[in-house]
Amino acid sequence: MAVALAVLTGFGGCASHERLEPIQQPPSFSREAVAKGAELAHLGNCMGCHTAEGGKAYAGGTPIKTPFGTIYGTNITPDRDTGIGGWSQDAFARAMREGVDRDGRHLYPAFPYDHFTKLTDEDIAALYAFVMTREPVRQENPANRVPIPRAFIGVWKSRYLERGTYQPVAGRSAEWNRGAYLVQGLAHCGACHTPRNAMGAERKEAAFAGGEAEGWHAPALNSASPSPVPWTVDALHEYLRHGMADLHAMSAGPMAEVVRDLSQVAEADVHAIATYVVSLDTRNDAERKRVREAALARAQASKAVQGNVTYDGSCAECHNRGRAEEGGALELPLGTALTIPTPRNLAYIIRDGIVPPDGERGAWMPAFAGALTDEQLTDLLIYLRALSGQPAWPNVAAEVRQISRGH
Amino acid sequence: MAKLDVNGRMHEVHADEGTPLLYVLREELALNAAKFGCGLGQCGACTVLADGEAIFSCITPISVVQGRKIRTVEGLGTAEKPGPMQQAFIEAQAAQCGYCIPGMMMRTQALLERKPGASEADIRAALQPHLCRCGTHMRIVRAAVRAAELMRGKS
Repeated sequence: MAVALAVLTGFGGCASHERLEPIQQPPSFSREAVAKGAELAHLGNCMGCHTAEGGKAYAGGTPIKTPFGTIYGTNITPDRDTGIGGWSQDAFARAMREGVDRDGRHLYPAFPYDHFTKLTDEDIAALYAFVMTREPVRQENPANRVPIPRAFIGVWKSRYLERGTYQPVAGRSAEWNRGAYLVQGLAHCGACHTPRNAMGAERKEAAFAGGEAEGWHAPALNSASPSPVPWTVDALHEYLRHGMADLHAMSAGPMAEVVRDLSQVAEADVHAIATYVVSLDTRNDAERKRVREAALARAQASKAVQGNVTYDGSCAECHNRGRAEEGGALELPLGTALTIPTPRNLAYIIRDGIVPPDGERGAWMPAFAGALTDEQLTDLLIYLRALSGQPAWPNVAAEVRQISRGH
Repeated sequence: MAKLDVNGRMHEVHADEGTPLLYVLREELALNAAKFGCGLGQCGACTVLADGEAIFSCITPISVVQGRKIRTVEGLGTAEKPGPMQQAFIEAQAAQCGYCIPGMMMRTQALLERKPGASEADIRAALQPHLCRCGTHMRIVRAAVRAAELMRGKS
């Protein structure tokens, strides 16, 4: 074991990189580059990790819980001492593509350089222009709590980091390729929607088969998509842009934040993302139609059923009306939270509601925290799952207890 | 027949177990503090406490709260002897039309019982699910801050 560790550490040591000298002052940038970078930063949801709740923009400090420990988003404002004010564009590009900081240290792959490596030089330059023109914030963030030496990351990279910019696929449209470039690269959708192996790397053979994000299940985007009504490009475009589309549940949890970002970027890019993502689901038209019609039938039937007092008293008032009626909400058999492999998303949504950030408008559902006991929530989850036509979830009661203890 | 514990008194009510708690409070028990605003859990006017937790009574069937201690503004004091929460809202003259106020009071009550040292930021965050159409938000926040002082025994 000691030998193995020594070998690993030695290997990692060899893979470390040279330190790049600090620049004295950031260069000046064109207005166009900064504006383009701003849009790219939204596409990449950079704030998700680099801005803490209630904190200064891009100053970091966001705790990111991983199975290996807690990593804190770094300060990427141009502060010289605590941010990246001393970073040249080469140092920035190296971090994006190789996962190495200016000092030559490996960065933990919670920073998704396995995706950002696909970015073009121009996009990296624009992102650099954007971050280097933010307000510098002097802010030290908590040290990472990951009991894995950075040297080990070199080994991880040698196995899982496939370097190289995105190569367009011949025979596919320009829009599809644009979508693929964004999804696989900057938008790093697979970071949540692809399952990870024991080493925390995305399982490439199971790309987009459904993964995890901050305790939420990120549904499959491929042919295993649990969406009761299979996505069309138009519906997904609408959803990604506005957080809500006909016949689909509204965005919640970490995805709601992504949607808020995507409301700020070019319409054409969102359409390209939708085009590519929908192509991942290769079920044929007949199968998609069958799935869709079965879901719509279940939705219709659910309005007539009475039998769960909690549902009838707490949910039916809105959800049995359907979106077409004022004050109405989606019939629940059309909600993906009912069809995914775990009751967690649904439990979070019922407990916390769906609430836009303070002072912002957005779709809304009331929180039932406090109103329902663990047992009542468990019964409701079991009842709702049955409405979806899927086999019962195992261990709903245990999951609910875990969630109410804050896990 | 459902049994409800409201403001420390047991009541036998005739309503169907799926009836929203709000309707039972107002129509059977004549406790009219909690208001019907939207009926959809979106405005907060119907908020009451169940075992100290603020809940929307308009979307909570009575079956869900049987066996829990329900509290409404009527349980916080009387017109002659207002409790600290009510006293604070009177001092701050927080009500204009007053429709949202009982919900605001009960949500604040829940917060302050859980966290007596709650800050103004805590209060603002807690009151997020409540709407006020008159626009007396600043007075409501002031009243809630004052209630925290009164409940900590500061005159």
